[in-house]
Amino acid sequence: MSELERQLRQPYDATIHAGVPQAALDALAARAEREGLVEVAYGQADSPFGPLTVAATERGLVLLAYPEVELEGVLERLARTISPRVLEAPRRIDPVRRELDEYFERRRREFDLELDWRLVRGGFATAVLEATAAIPYGETLTYREVAGRAGSPKAFRAAGNGLGSNPIPIVVPCHRVLASGGGLGGYTGGLDRKRTLLDLERGAAA
Amino acid sequence: MSLPPFQALLDAHGAVVHRFLVAAVGPVDADDCFQETWIAALRAYDDLDHAENLRGWLLRIAQRKAIDSHRSAARRALPAERLPEPAAPPPEPVDGEPRLWARVRALPEKQRAAVFLRTVAGLPYAEVAVALDCSRDAARRNVHDGLQRLRKELIGA
Repeated sequence: MSELERQLRQPYDATIHAGVPQAALDALAARAEREGLVEVAYGQADSPFGPLTVAATERGLVLLAYPEVELEGVLERLARTISPRVLEAPRRIDPVRRELDEYFERRRREFDLELDWRLVRGGFATAVLEATAAIPYGETLTYREVAGRAGSPKAFRAAGNGLGSNPIPIVVPCHRVLASGGGLGGYTGGLDRKRTLLDLERGAAA
Repeated sequence: MSLPPFQALLDAHGAVVHRFLVAAVGPVDADDCFQETWIAALRAYDDLDHAENLRGWLLRIAQRKAIDSHRSAARRALPAERLPEPAAPPPEPVDGEPRLWARVRALPEKQRAAVFLRTVAGLPYAEVAVALDCSRDAARRNVHDGLQRLRKELIGA
């Protein structure tokens, strides 16, 4: 390598380039949203469990992931299933953030958010999650009851699987579905969280 | 074929594209060109029929936006009827950047881009060729000629 090439390579970063300015990235995201180029917008929302990843399409909220879920995998899933035009862009998820804040502060009992079911596989799983979305705040159903509302009372195991792969937990309240006999049942995000959410709603209802 | 999420491209290649544009158009206009580049890329992304060498593809768009920016700067500076050719910007350093970079910026378009991509970004010639939409030999020649010219100017200075 010549001296000139060494010079070209070295002083550059240190002196005038410290990465892409945040303002440039913000302006880009804002313009991409304004021009309707973002198929899937995502960002973070605060919660008592830590920062949640939330993603929304033009149709509505499509995904909510707990903090331990690896972002890279989440984005790849969105790219594969919906569109590769996935961008971190805050505007579209602002309402989601706001409603989640209110929910965790017990100032909101129902979410007024449109939902996009495209990450749900299969008609029965969709029916199960729609039935779950209709369970009122502070109330619970059993797996069997949810399966019944989805059209197949005997398919409670399949209902459990559908709930386990709920792409929009909290907002689609799969924590409100319990084992018959009073047990908690399962929860993909961990039973502690299921208990926390149920307690939060009970406390507010009381 | 499946394309990676667009944000992954921005995370992986945003810095090199921005650095390329700072070298090409200077720190002042780089942010605008950066935005134009990524908006154009996002617009075209769905229709892309390959997922290979996306960095080269992005840098090619950036190179086009840099050329647009030089042309409109030249139009602003001079009456259009008198000078059809874009004028090279004067090699004045901006904001305390090393004078060398002002000289790089004053190189002919292809040489400037080739020198940057090869030396600063460290791209292999095959990828430089993709970014400049030319053959590998032409990429090699542009790097060589650009460096030659810089060397001569530096000796002369």
